[in-house]
Amino acid sequence: MTKNMTETIDFFKNLTPTGYLFLVLTAITLFSAIGVVTARNPVYSVLALIATFFCLSGHYILLNAQFLAAVNIIVYAGAIMVLFLFTIMFLNLRREDEESKTNVTKMISVVMGGILMVMLITIFRAKSAQVPTFSNTAFNARTGLVENLGQLLYNDYILPFELASVLFLVAMVGAVMLGKREAGDRHF
Amino acid sequence: MDLTTLLVKGLIILIIFVITLTIAAYSTYGERKVAAFLQDRIGPNRAGPWGLLQPLADGGKMFFKEDFIPAQASKWLFILGPCLAMLTALMSSAVIPFGDTIRFGNYAIPVQAIEINIGVLYIFGVVSLGVYGVMVGGWASNNKFSLLGAIRAASQNISYEIALGLSLIAILMMTGSLSLRAIIDEQATFFEWNIFTQPLGFVIFLTCAFAECNRTPFDLPECETELIGGYHTEYSSMKLGFYLFAEYINMFVSSAFISALYFGGFHYPFMSEISGALENSMGAIAGHNVATAIGIVMFFAKIFFFIFFFMWVRWTLPRFRYDQLMNLGWKTFIPLAILNVVITGAGLLYDFKYATWIIAITMIGMVVVSNARAPKREVVRPGVV
Repeated sequence: MTKNMTETIDFFKNLTPTGYLFLVLTAITLFSAIGVVTARNPVYSVLALIATFFCLSGHYILLNAQFLAAVNIIVYAGAIMVLFLFTIMFLNLRREDEESKTNVTKMISVVMGGILMVMLITIFRAKSAQVPTFSNTAFNARTGLVENLGQLLYNDYILPFELASVLFLVAMVGAVMLGKREAGDRHF
Repeated sequence: MDLTTLLVKGLIILIIFVITLTIAAYSTYGERKVAAFLQDRIGPNRAGPWGLLQPLADGGKMFFKEDFIPAQASKWLFILGPCLAMLTALMSSAVIPFGDTIRFGNYAIPVQAIEINIGVLYIFGVVSLGVYGVMVGGWASNNKFSLLGAIRAASQNISYEIALGLSLIAILMMTGSLSLRAIIDEQATFFEWNIFTQPLGFVIFLTCAFAECNRTPFDLPECETELIGGYHTEYSSMKLGFYLFAEYINMFVSSAFISALYFGGFHYPFMSEISGALENSMGAIAGHNVATAIGIVMFFAKIFFFIFFFMWVRWTLPRFRYDQLMNLGWKTFIPLAILNVVITGAGLLYDFKYATWIIAITMIGMVVVSNARAPKREVVRPGVV
């Protein structure tokens, strides 16, 4: 008991300011991520998800990946979540919508969540996926900056990058097709 | 980082914060004076000399109003809304370089809160968050008109953000950097200001900035004729004040951003000659600092011009209809901005910076031709039947 205590105290004593920042940020991340699932009102749920994205961006900044952090904020928090909030505000005007949550759906969602958790744990425990330990010589502080990312994307990963852009184009065409009004359709 | 550097940095951040708030406060006064000038009135002239204490009086009045929260509103979100609006508005001025460097001793400190190599993306991210203040506030009010205002604001902001980003991409291609300081340094000589190399991009950016700030002619989210008051119908006291204040801060920040991106920031014609002469006459350090001060003054002159421009447009143009707004955003600005990017890229391939003038000249030509070919009004001549 006391040995554990001193170990814990030593752990906190030896932490750098960045380490403290990481712990606090992680706590907030987990807290808001749990909030997403447990909130009764979908709007609160979406707001908690936005907070989660902010915390993830904070993690990116701690990893010195400023570009990813900014893009994460712009794309997820700034665009996708606005659309989520938008739709939910339209659909759910203060009406408790409990009918859709039958026992079967609850069971299925628990099973699916459990399977996902088992899968993630297996992946993280696999030998091949272990994060290599930190070494001072191999460490490059500028890895996450936008110039290096661009070099990497346009040299080594040009094919996946272009394929992803084709995928986006297809998605865009699909969205336009879905949104297009046919000749006989009524105006809303 | 050295303690002195840290201290100066903290001081700069504090000064930028204070300046932002002061300018936003006096923008409300300026808006009334400009409106009065355009409508041939006098405007506020009671509080202090020339009515200069009017913002203080307004603030005092706002604070003493009843702070009212509707019974069915979700209380915390109702409070969070204006706070978010204010927070995002204040965050965005952090990366704007207001001037060159200040030298003392061996130090050279840039006049900027933080210099990050993704300054443009930072501002873009903060701008895209600005919509949450409006949406959360409008939804939490539990009022249909507020909700409609909020939804309008959200759809308008996300629509115009796309054109805004696309017009920025052309500038990023010209500079090859996401840092605002690098973009400003690129515009050192007068004819390389981006207004000359990117005329079309500037028009798109300016219009989208109007839409992002919810200023007339794009102020549909708070359109009182259709929506009573828009997203802040239920707000009173300083919460309403925060919303209104955030709009003025946004106006200041977008003016600063426009001046930095398209009008050379703190550069002005014959800058290098003037700073060279100053350094010769006053010594390297003092001369450099004086030259920086002149640059800062020039930058603020540009900012004030654009704030005036925002007000000028507000009291001149009527507001768009909502479908006109959406058509303008999606069917005009986004294709034009994409064309702008393509032409800029083609120009850069042949090392020619002024390629986008082709689009501008073509558009002007098309306007002239369509005006000339439009059926003229019949001139009724007496005696000829």
